[in-house]
Formats: sequence, structure tokens, C-alpha cells
Amino acid sequence: MPSLGSALLALAFFTALAAAALALAGRNGERHRVDLARRCVYAFCALLTACVVIIEVAFASDDFSFNLVANHSSVETPNFYKLAAMWSSQEGSLLLWAWVLSIAATAALYVTRGKLREIVPWATATMMGVGAFFTGLMLFAPNVDPFATLNPAPADGVGLNPLLQHPSMMIHPPMLYSGYVAFTVPFAFAVGALITRRIDAEWIRATRRFALVAWAFLGLGLLLGARWSYTELGWGGYWAWDPVENAALMPWLIGTAFLHSIIVQEKRGMLKVWNAALIVATFSLALLGTFLVRSGVLQSIHAFGDSTVGPYILGLIAVVLIGSTALIVSRLDDLRSEKRIDSLASRESVFLVNNLLLVALTAVIFWGTFFPLISELFTGTKASLAAPWFDEYTTPLAILLVLFTGIGPLLAWRRVSWGSARRVFRLPLAVAGLTALALVALTDALGSPWAFALFVFAGFALTGLGQEIWRGAAARRRLTGESFPAALAGLVSRNRRRYGGYTVHVGIVVLLVGIAASSSFQTNRDVTLRPGESVSVDGREITYLKPTTEITPPYIEFGAVLAVEEGGERVTTLTPSRRYHRPTGQEGGTIGSFFDGEATTEVGLVAGFAEDLWASMAPGIDAVQRRVRAADRGFEACVRAVPGTPRSCLELAALMRAARVNPSLRPRALATIDAVQAEAIDRIARSYLTDRSPATFRLIVDPLVTWMWIGGLIALAGALIALWPSRGRRRGAVVRTEADALKEAKYREIRDAELDHAAGKLSDEDFALLDAELRREAVEILDRVENGKSANGRGAGETRPKVPQG
Amino acid sequence: MDPQRKRKIRLVAALSIAVLLAVALVYTSFSASTEAKQPSELLVATPGTSYEMTGRVVKGSVERDGSGIAFLVVDRDGEGRGLPVTYDGTVPDPFRGGREIILTGSVEGGTFVGEPDTLITKCPSKFTTEKDA
Repeated sequence: MPSLGSALLALAFFTALAAAALALAGRNGERHRVDLARRCVYAFCALLTACVVIIEVAFASDDFSFNLVANHSSVETPNFYKLAAMWSSQEGSLLLWAWVLSIAATAALYVTRGKLREIVPWATATMMGVGAFFTGLMLFAPNVDPFATLNPAPADGVGLNPLLQHPSMMIHPPMLYSGYVAFTVPFAFAVGALITRRIDAEWIRATRRFALVAWAFLGLGLLLGARWSYTELGWGGYWAWDPVENAALMPWLIGTAFLHSIIVQEKRGMLKVWNAALIVATFSLALLGTFLVRSGVLQSIHAFGDSTVGPYILGLIAVVLIGSTALIVSRLDDLRSEKRIDSLASRESVFLVNNLLLVALTAVIFWGTFFPLISELFTGTKASLAAPWFDEYTTPLAILLVLFTGIGPLLAWRRVSWGSARRVFRLPLAVAGLTALALVALTDALGSPWAFALFVFAGFALTGLGQEIWRGAAARRRLTGESFPAALAGLVSRNRRRYGGYTVHVGIVVLLVGIAASSSFQTNRDVTLRPGESVSVDGREITYLKPTTEITPPYIEFGAVLAVEEGGERVTTLTPSRRYHRPTGQEGGTIGSFFDGEATTEVGLVAGFAEDLWASMAPGIDAVQRRVRAADRGFEACVRAVPGTPRSCLELAALMRAARVNPSLRPRALATIDAVQAEAIDRIARSYLTDRSPATFRLIVDPLVTWMWIGGLIALAGALIALWPSRGRRRGAVVRTEADALKEAKYREIRDAELDHAAGKLSDEDFALLDAELRREAVEILDRVENGKSANGRGAGETRPKVPQG
Repeated sequence: MDPQRKRKIRLVAALSIAVLLAVALVYTSFSASTEAKQPSELLVATPGTSYEMTGRVVKGSVERDGSGIAFLVVDRDGEGRGLPVTYDGTVPDPFRGGREIILTGSVEGGTFVGEPDTLITKCPSKFTTEKDA
């Protein structure tokens, strides 16, 4: 099987090259070549899928002749984790990268088949260039061949690190990778658009969904990573400004900016250079994330070791950056904006501010992340920046983002008159004021000014978003006469992008409230307690009731039962523990070997909407380890059969001597040793229950932290709403020509303006001006469509095209 | 004022603010950073200065020391004399002899005293090429 896999991988590499070459050969409109190139991409995807299947089958069937399987799985590894063990390795993660890319490229080319004729060949070549790069890496770079073999094959593998055996850890890497990789699609189409000078909003419309999918995956990956850190790592935090975390956050932030600014290009024909630069930056940062994890350049908690592929990826980043910059500069004339910003008080200028904030945020994180290299360059010594520095800069920027998240949706495109601004800002400002008063009167939130500001802005933003949705639904109800829920559902399903976007905003604001509350008002205590002792944490009495222990073949667990009392009444119990895993593949090792293997913290967590109670534990195992050492010494003495050892010992020693000569007795000897050890372990573990050893606890009361996860899920739901195909698309009424697409977009703009007017966001005179302008533009487009279809021009006197009502 | 001029003034104002912020960022980052050192460099370090130490924990050297732990670290490549370290606070799960750690602290009387909550142990096994990791 490994050789078949290698062959398929090599074939995939050449297929990618062939696809790129064919696509380029068809760049001047030779359709059959472009079609063939597209089919090659499908084949590329099929070949890599086969490679992944071969690897997964090897994992599932414990085929340790695969180097990859032997080093990352074992017979005892649970089945679910066997399937996920592929991407815990360097080779496997590269294969995952290439595979996800092949899927994204296939989807993108399938969706755009027969469209964007000039751009697609170049986009195909770009995507397949990247695809060939990653498959080539696996084939030609040293030590990253996923199909490398071991001869002879070992009987058992090394196993998967127990720390990584956590459901979210298994989903987290593929999510991040899907995010990184899916950004290749908008990047490739941007490259195609720049090369062919087709820089209208067409490429954006075609790839917007991919950018949004990438954004959602990356966001979900970040969220899962944070969740894993919070529930599994035993330090109680979810974000550490670690280089690898930052590496994933940066493309997400720039991707967020991109998703916003492309709306401006679609609606207003502005920010074209900016959009091209943003997608290049996003893709480069995604590659940089892939690189950082593998380079060993920066000191990180995610120490993936210095590996051989780092320099190659760095080379690719250099090619991408230099090539794209040259391309953008050479196309500056074509990228000039069609329009200018009319007024600072307009939605497009808020989009611009939000973009600048996101880019500033990314610049700060980039600087901080790469500071060790920067400082080495300028001062000769490596120096690094810690979390407080990052907090200092990112906090005010995040707070401003929340404020503009609130302002943006309240403003109309182009211009806002004072009258309508007063109308839409009245309620959100009032709620913000009330939030401030309530916080001052009822809480001590003023003690943390940044958090206070964030809560007030959040009140403003959430009210603004709620009012937007409410007014939109009310306006639709007036237009259609439906019931309110029906009007709301109709509104959302007719304007999925807008209301999906608003839902994402609600989610992000809620998430930031959770982060602000939990990081500013957390109570955190490290204490050492003996059973029966208590400690007071944030007005709660926490008592170490009793120690617990559990023995299973793979690990020994020592835990605690903590009682939480509030006002003399038992509220809940927490059960943190720590597991000591026996190293895998060590038959008949000493009992002490349990304590040489991995140890994992099992957090005691009681989550609530108001606050989380969180406890981790480091049991005092000095006494246990003393007894373990004594038992191991006794066992050793026993099998050496020194004088005075009991009869059972002499029998075991005889059995082991016999097993050494006669291998068929080996299993029996091992089983006997296991039984003897199991008894000793059982005795020692039970002694822990009575020896009243002290244990060190970390106890955390974390207010509102649950809202971070809830906010994240709301944002994901919003992304899904925005991604869901609209009814017309599902019915198969595909937009056939580019002119049709333009017409559709213009109609949508007219409908948006009507909705804004009905919702009170546009004053009557502004609406009259805007509406007239939009309809004039629509007529121009209709003229072009008509002229394209027949030689007869359309009567210019008809100035009010009929807009299908939505 | 004509719009062209107005735009130019806005642009200059925005750029100046950006430059000012960037200068502040650069300035504070140099003063807020902690120097990174290997254990062998720290054997002769100035007492009282805060350093970020990256090193490998010597196998079998980890001992309980009151409420904290004490151990020896050597350079990442495993060479040099061991530097004694004391650390008071929560120890991450993967911490143990043979692992690489990052710890912030200062040297006091030949011992590296770690600041609580700054101990980072590298995630083991993932993407490593060594068999023993």
C-alpha cells in the first residue's frame, strides 16, 4: 500500500502541473484547454482523496509498516483518535493542506464553470501552482513523505500524545487548515483579475463565498483551540498571545477586513487597490501561519521542532508577496476608484475606519509576534514581548471596533442627513447611557475602565443591531402586510448577506463582552489544601472534601472532590483531577513508569451564564511516589530471588527465567508481572485516599466567560445565514451572463435603499436623490444588456425600470 | 476650501497619526520586552534583570521545593553546565525532565527564580522529528 500511495501522490503532483500548464495554454479563450485543465483539477482532488484514504486505512488497521502510523498511533489508541492522528504529524498535516486545497479548487472551478472566462485560466494556474508546491514538498523535501515505510514493521506504535486526545484538538487543526487553504481561492481569482485587468466586482462576487467559508473555518478553529486550552491545559486561560495562536489570528483579522471592504467595491466601485492588497496579505499570512508552525524560528508553546520544509514555504511566501506587489503596482491605473467617498458620515467611510482598525490590530500583533527577530536584527539580542504588551495595544483597538460595529449598520450608504442620524442613534445612545449608569450603580466595573468602555459600547452596538433588524422587519411588514415573525423571516431570507452579517456582529460583540469580563474581573487563587481544609474565593467557601483515585490500564488518576458553599449553603461540587499515563509500548515496565509518561489535567468545571467555577489540581504525590519506588525495589529484589523472599516471588522469578529461554512462556510471565503490579498499584493508589497528602489547586471564578463561546457560536450561525444559497439560486435560476449579474446587483442596491428609507435611515430627500441615481445606473445596465442581445437600443426615455419586489 | 486640498489635509493628518502611533509602538516594544537567553548565558547574567530563558529540563532533576519546584536546565542542544531553577506556581501538564521550557525570571545568587505563571512547556510530539520526543 505505501508504494501505491507514493505513486498516487506523484501522479497528483504531475496532474497539478498539467492543470496549470493547460490552463495557461487556454488563457486566450481556447475553451477546450481550460475545460481539460478543470477536469485535471478534479482528478487532482480524486488522487489526493485516494492518498488520504490509504493513510486513514493504515491508521485504522494499525499498519505500522507506515512510518507515519508507527510514530503517531498505537494499538491502544482509541479508534476516533486513530482517524484523527494523521494531522498530528508534519507529513500528515501537509497532506491535509494539499487535500483541502484540492477540494476548495474543485469547488471553485465547478461553481465558476462557463463563467469569468478570462480570469479562470489564471486562477486555475495559480491554485494548481500552490497545489503542485505542496504535493512536491511531500515528494521531494526530506523527512516529510507521508508514505515512508519502516522495515521491519514494529509490533506497536508510539501512540498519540494523551494531551492531544481531546475532541476539540482533533477538529481544531482541520478547521484552521480549511480556513488557511480556502483563502487560496479568492487570492487566485484576484491574481487572475489583476493579470487580465478585469478588475470590476466580478471576481469578488464569484469568490466571496469562499472567503466567507475560509473566515468561518478559521474562526471556528481559533474558537476550538481556545476551548481546548480552557478545558484541558490546566492553566485556566484561553489565549496566551503565543506566536502560533497569533499566526492564525492574523489572517482571520485581515480576512475580516477583506470581507468588509469587498462590499464597498461591489456597491460603490471603490477600494480596489485596497482589496487586492488585503487578499494578498490574507493569503501570505495564511502561508506564514503554515510556515511558523514548522520553522522553529520563534519560541512557541507549540514547539513543532525545526523541520525541513520551513525554507521552502518561506520561498513561496516571498514569491507570492513579490509577484503580487509587482502585479498590483503595474495595474494601478486600472484599479482607480470609480467613485469617491461622498461624506465622512456614510457607511462606506465607517467600513474604511473598521478596515484601518483591523489592519492596525494585525500590524500590532505582527510586530509583537516577530519582535524577537526584529530585536535581534537591531540590537543583536533576542527579546520577546509578553501578554501585557499585546493587551495594552489590542484592547483599545478592539473596543473601538465594537463602537464602529455599532455605528456602521446605522448609517446609510453615501450620505446621512442630521435628521435621520438623530432618529436612528437616539435609542442606541440611550441604552448605552443606561448601561453606563447601571454598571456604575450596580457593579464595580468602573474599576476597569477599558472593560467599562467595552460594555457601554456593546450596549450601544447590540441595541443598534437589534433596532436595525426590528425596523427592517417592521418596514417589510408595512410593505407586505405579513405578521411580524413572517416579515422577519422574509427579511432575513431575502437579505441573507446583510442580516447574516448583522448576526455575526452580534456574536462578535457578545464574544468580546465575555473576553472583557473574564479577563478583567476574574478571581484566581492558587492554594495548597489538605482534605478537610477550606479557602475563600470571591465570597465562596471552597472545601477540599476528599481525595479520589481511579486506576485504568492506560493511566492512574488522583482527584479531589471540592464543595463550593455560598452563604453557608452547598451550591455545587467540583471534581478536578490529574491523570498519569503509562508510556505506550512499554510492556512489563516498572510501576514508576506511570509517572515518567504524560500527565494530563482534567479540569473541574461548572459553567453558568453568570460565571464559571473552574478548578485544576496538582495532587501531592510525594508519598505515593515513595511507595511506588519501594514497591519497584521490592519487585526487583523479588525477581532476583534474594534470600528471604516469599514463595510467590520465587515462583515468579523461576517463570521469568524460563521465559527468557522459552519465548512461548513470555505472555504468561508478562501477565503474571502485570497482575502483581496491578495489585501493588491498587494498594498504593488506595493509600492515597487515606494519607491526607496536600494538593495544590488553582481555583478560578470567571464571570461571563460562557458568553465568549455563545458569541462565537452566534457568529458562526450568522456566517451560515450569509452563506446559505438564496431561493433563486437554489431553484436553479443561475445568473447567466455578467451583465445579468450586474443588473441583479443593481436591483439589490435599489431594494436596500428602499429598505433603508422605510426603516428611517435615509431621509426623504436623500432617498429621492439616491433612488434616482441608482435607477439611472440600472437603466444604463439594461441598455447594455439589450444592446448585447439585439442591435436595437432601448428607449432612453424609460427612466424607471421595474424592480422586482423583495 | 477646495475638495482636493481638503483631501490632502485629511491624508496628511491620518498619516501623521499613523506614524506617531507606529513610533509609540516601536518605542514601547523595546522597553517592554524581556531579553531571551539560554541557560549557559544566564550563568554569568546580571542579577536583578528579567530574562526569558529557554532551556531543556535535566531528566531526574525535578524536585519539590516547599510549595514550588526546583530543577536544573541546560541549553536546548543539551550542552553546558546545568542552571538551577526554582519556580513557584502552576506547572503545565507536559512539564517534566527532558522537555523544553520557556520561563521568565531573574538570577538571584546563581539560581534562576521564575516568575509565577510564566512557565511554558512546549507541546510535545507534534511535528517533532526526534523519535524520543
